[in-house]
Amino acid sequence: MSTTLTTKEAPAGGDPSPSWISERSGRGDAIFKGLTIAAAALILLALASVFIFLFTQGFAGFSQPAEVYSKYGSSFWGYVWPLLASTIVASLIALIIAVPLAIGIALVITQYAPSWLSTPVAYVIDLLAAVPSVVYGLWAGIYLAPKLVPIYEWLHEHLGFVPLFGDVVSSGRSISTAGIVLAIMILPIITAISREVFSRTPRLHREAALALGATRWEMIRMTVFPYGRSGVISAVMLGLGRALGETMAVVMVLSPGTLFTLNLFSGSNTPSIAANIALRYKERSEGTLEVLIATGLVLFLLTFAINFVARWAVARSERKLAG
Amino acid sequence: MSIQSPPASLPTLTHARLPRQAPLLVAVVAVAVTAAGLVLGLGTVPAVLIGALVFLVVLPVWSLVVENRRSATDRLMTGLIWATFFVALAPLVSLVWTVVAEGSQALSGTFFTYSFYRTSLDQPVGVYHAIMGTLVITGVAALISVPVGILTAIYLIEYGKKNAFSRVVTFLVDVMTGIPSIVAGLFAFALFTLIFGPGHQSGLGGAVALSLLMIPTVVRATEEMLRLVPDDLREAAYALGTPRWRTIMRVVLPTSIGGIIAGVTLAVARVIGETAPLLLIAGIVQRTNFNPFDGSMTTLPVLIFSERNKGNIEIVWGAALVLMVLVMLLNVIARVLGKILAPKQG
Repeated sequence: MSTTLTTKEAPAGGDPSPSWISERSGRGDAIFKGLTIAAAALILLALASVFIFLFTQGFAGFSQPAEVYSKYGSSFWGYVWPLLASTIVASLIALIIAVPLAIGIALVITQYAPSWLSTPVAYVIDLLAAVPSVVYGLWAGIYLAPKLVPIYEWLHEHLGFVPLFGDVVSSGRSISTAGIVLAIMILPIITAISREVFSRTPRLHREAALALGATRWEMIRMTVFPYGRSGVISAVMLGLGRALGETMAVVMVLSPGTLFTLNLFSGSNTPSIAANIALRYKERSEGTLEVLIATGLVLFLLTFAINFVARWAVARSERKLAG
Repeated sequence: MSIQSPPASLPTLTHARLPRQAPLLVAVVAVAVTAAGLVLGLGTVPAVLIGALVFLVVLPVWSLVVENRRSATDRLMTGLIWATFFVALAPLVSLVWTVVAEGSQALSGTFFTYSFYRTSLDQPVGVYHAIMGTLVITGVAALISVPVGILTAIYLIEYGKKNAFSRVVTFLVDVMTGIPSIVAGLFAFALFTLIFGPGHQSGLGGAVALSLLMIPTVVRATEEMLRLVPDDLREAAYALGTPRWRTIMRVVLPTSIGGIIAGVTLAVARVIGETAPLLLIAGIVQRTNFNPFDGSMTTLPVLIFSERNKGNIEIVWGAALVLMVLVMLLNVIARVLGKILAPKQG
């Protein structure tokens, strides 16, 4: 690193350019530095204004007359909780499916595949992230959902006593299908971060485990997992944040109803918060827009908090690994 | 594990192992079972599942009999872990196959050159207006986010040097990558409603929403590339008396430009498929609109969504194919550029 440059500072105001450089170039430096600071400040401003605008425009949505909320309840929280519950249920299904798969793929890339194969494997998984969400929604709504119906029916028949596996909607367009599509969509981000953490396991730890006679799986359990645990947890949280905010896949897969039920196969569950906004933004009735923006604010705060904690954990574990 | 001296009766220190070709052998058997299942009239999916199950059961059991429990566990986990990759591959293959098979039927010359706006009854319809809308909105979004993103990255790497402000910016940029796209759309919607009154729809609003999603990607990519520029180059320029900003413009940026272009291309590929924010703020029209400051503008993803609801399936698959090809093309371009123009290290 350029220690000589950062430590050698001119006595006046910390300007790094030496005094023999003409005044003009000094001004150029100041202008350029100002520009870059302005750009960085603009990003902070944008982030702050997202919050401010959603708050000022959506504030009225918290306290509308009861009939505005009549779609799902009678107050703002009555309106938002079924949506929130659907959002969380779909995201949890996505996590339950995606996390083991992502960890497995990250292990394939970092521990199992020979080096000539691991790059193409990683590239294929990145391709999953490149597919636009609307195409996922289209494919899942038309092609995937009907194919899943037999599986749902089998579960309903054999495990029907569990309230989660209730009556199956014949189109298959239920919250469980939405969860499966979300799982495919969040798989790449969880894989990418887990891969990064797993590949940082010190070589000596791994070789020591193998030298003691551990099988490959035992080596992974003893060295790779303990080392990567915090990183994987952050990856899962980032995936959760993605799943909570995803709109199109849910809108195009779920057939929306007005009542939240625990039945994962029902054809009339409430949509997620994001999906609800996309479904109803056109309703120009009094107060609806404010309510939608208010639900958007709830979603924003939720995902912001999750991302905040996850990124903080990633940064902390990175510092720990580096130090 | 406690250390024990081996019993004297043992002839060797190693236990029996399966032959080296054992996994291959079992794989051949599994494939044979799959083929038999297909011949006997099972569907593709059940046949493949049974084949996979045969592989995942036979090899560990064989290992358990010949070797020991630990090896059997290892072989089972190896099989399961490799299986995760193929499970993830299945939806990708199925999706690409479906889109290509269904979409290719819709493609024709008129599909690319006509819009939905008909001037006579027998005029064919196409997605020209949506392709143009996509290009205009994504282009404006790139015009906003590329300068902001690159300048921010320059501040973080060249000036900030880990001071408090740059640490906060880095952190919040990371957090920003997780903003749901619909929230970005709502933000643009609220902003433009405040400025232009209710019911405002324009391509510019869509571009603002998209740049909110695009800026973090550009910042991260540029940061990574600027970090790769060797400090020797900067110091050489300073030693010649070059001011800092000219060093950045003439030395640092040209060295890393390939990676930055690749990063920007990937960022464009990421936002070009966004639907939800544009649905809210850019709207849906039949005619071709080139002016981002005035009137609604349809993009390909929004067209896919709205026509899907109307049941116009053939056009939808065609548009999905065009969109997929566009995204994949951008990804390939980014990779190739990144390879060709990568700064030489050392």
